[in-house]
Amino acid sequence: MKIQFKKHSVLPGFGITLGFTLLYLSLIVLIPLSGLFFKTSQISWNEFWHIATGERVLYSYKLTFGCSLIAATINMFFGLLVAWVLVRYPFPFKKIVDASIDLPFALPTAVAGIALTDLYSVNGWIGKLLDRAHIQAAFTPLGILIALTFIGLPFVVRVVQPVLQDLDKAEEEAALSLGAGRFSTFFRVILPEIWPAILTGFTLAFARALGEYGSVIFIAGNMPMKTEITTLLIVTKLEQYDYAGATAIAIVMLLVSFALLLTINVLQWWSRSRHTFTTAQELQ
Amino acid sequence: MSIDVKNLNKKFGAFVAVNNVSFHVKTGSLTAILGPSGSGKSTLLRIISGLETADSGEIHLTGAESTYQSVKDRNVGFVFQHYALFKHMTVAENIAFGLNVRKRNREETRERVQELLHLVQLEGLDKRYPSQLSGGQKQRVALARALAPRPQVLLLDEPFGALDAKVRDELREWITHLHKETNVTTLFVTHDQHEALEIADRILVMNKGSIEQEGTALDIFDHPASHFVAQFVGETNYIEASLCEPELVCWGSFKFSVNGYKMGDKIRIYFRPNDVYVSPTPETLQVKGVITETRFRGPLIELTLDIGEDKFITALIPKGVALASGYKKGEEVFLGITAFHSFRV
Repeated sequence: MKIQFKKHSVLPGFGITLGFTLLYLSLIVLIPLSGLFFKTSQISWNEFWHIATGERVLYSYKLTFGCSLIAATINMFFGLLVAWVLVRYPFPFKKIVDASIDLPFALPTAVAGIALTDLYSVNGWIGKLLDRAHIQAAFTPLGILIALTFIGLPFVVRVVQPVLQDLDKAEEEAALSLGAGRFSTFFRVILPEIWPAILTGFTLAFARALGEYGSVIFIAGNMPMKTEITTLLIVTKLEQYDYAGATAIAIVMLLVSFALLLTINVLQWWSRSRHTFTTAQELQ
Repeated sequence: MSIDVKNLNKKFGAFVAVNNVSFHVKTGSLTAILGPSGSGKSTLLRIISGLETADSGEIHLTGAESTYQSVKDRNVGFVFQHYALFKHMTVAENIAFGLNVRKRNREETRERVQELLHLVQLEGLDKRYPSQLSGGQKQRVALARALAPRPQVLLLDEPFGALDAKVRDELREWITHLHKETNVTTLFVTHDQHEALEIADRILVMNKGSIEQEGTALDIFDHPASHFVAQFVGETNYIEASLCEPELVCWGSFKFSVNGYKMGDKIRIYFRPNDVYVSPTPETLQVKGVITETRFRGPLIELTLDIGEDKFITALIPKGVALASGYKKGEEVFLGITAFHSFRV
């Protein structure tokens, strides 16, 4: 039986574009990743298990995934709010505010890390105020959270903004004319339509936070079992020339991240396909 | 269930969208607001619905003052040109929306949805999403959704504007049917005169933010009240002339008896193509014309006639008559005008 996966198309170039995509993906993503597995395979399964589930390593997983998840969640709400304000209301210096959203993208992460540490340390502008309320930000998990929130903000804003912009105003007006209040209109009409975008933004922010290194290491303080993130552990191992150990931890990170991202993507695909699936027969 | 609008005004910056408009829509009627684009008709409808606020004036729905009520509390059904269905909800969920936000009980809502699906002839499509419907079906869902909470009045903004000609004709017929069945006071906005003339009990003709004329289709077609109405509604010819004797307008060999004008007034005479009588022989007709073009228009034939002084007019005559007389391009005919309207320029 011949499996036909190429549909007839008027646009030429299917073969060459697919070929190039696969080649590119292999060179840039798949070969380096398989190198990771190759390197790890130099140690035995027992050794791998010992390294990947060491107490210090387990704690760093918890810290990294926990902080990334919380930071992405904060960004989801705050990013939606920022996108909403930017799309819906005219205000002075809007262009400047809009442009400054992208700063966390452009800033070298180490610079961001130093700036944040300076601000949030006990002698810093914000740290001084927090200290008065007996809250310590720098060199605690809270500091890590702040850094991860900072670098993840643009994702949600930039993904939600265009979708919000394209929203059909008439749908909102229809909801109002049908007797819905502002809240019902938002939760029943607007939110379901921008939800896939919010989820995408959340995923991107989450993925970015998982792999973050530069901005965190300054503000975290890097105390084992307290504020040590997984990426730092990997770097530490590399500095000790323990390549197999480093890749072992990296593989755990990779697999868990991949599983999480895949879950979110499936969720998203499911919510999207529910109401956009159309076939010619159904239209009659 | 009536609509009363008094001295309504609305400006957008310097642009006057609605200019001192007053009218009354009777309970249970089907009224059209007819006007070209930019005449303020949609703005007027949106002000009545509460989606837009007026600068001054009053709106009464079912006799009660509604000028300052929010859209949410006005209980009007509004249908948009591009349907504005909720894309992430099924047909049934769309129709139930107005009932759900009012917290009606489930059983009641389900029954009402079924009732409406039956009314708009979309039974069995309740689980479809809007993207799986055709344009005509979408607009019927939009109508059902607007009717579900039993609105005081139904407002339709160019309801057939986005549909193709055949579906539009079907829906037009169907909506008169629906109106008879539900008897909801309906006000609809259109730029399509055929639509207005065909289905509305009463028509308000709007131009530049003001109402030019209000009346039945017959009133408006046969007795236009202004230049604008004469030109905008139906096809028309006009010639410009002045009095040659008291109470007589002369243009070439045409003579029109009029009254109420002074010598020296510039007068425009409007007459419809179907009010032009054409004959191959002089009979009692004095005016000559030359056929410059013939055009097939289904049961009618349209003749373009050169009546001299660079003036061309059109005449519509039944196909049978045209064929029997053998009218051809370049031929000379005699013509008369059986009905006309005159306005001072």
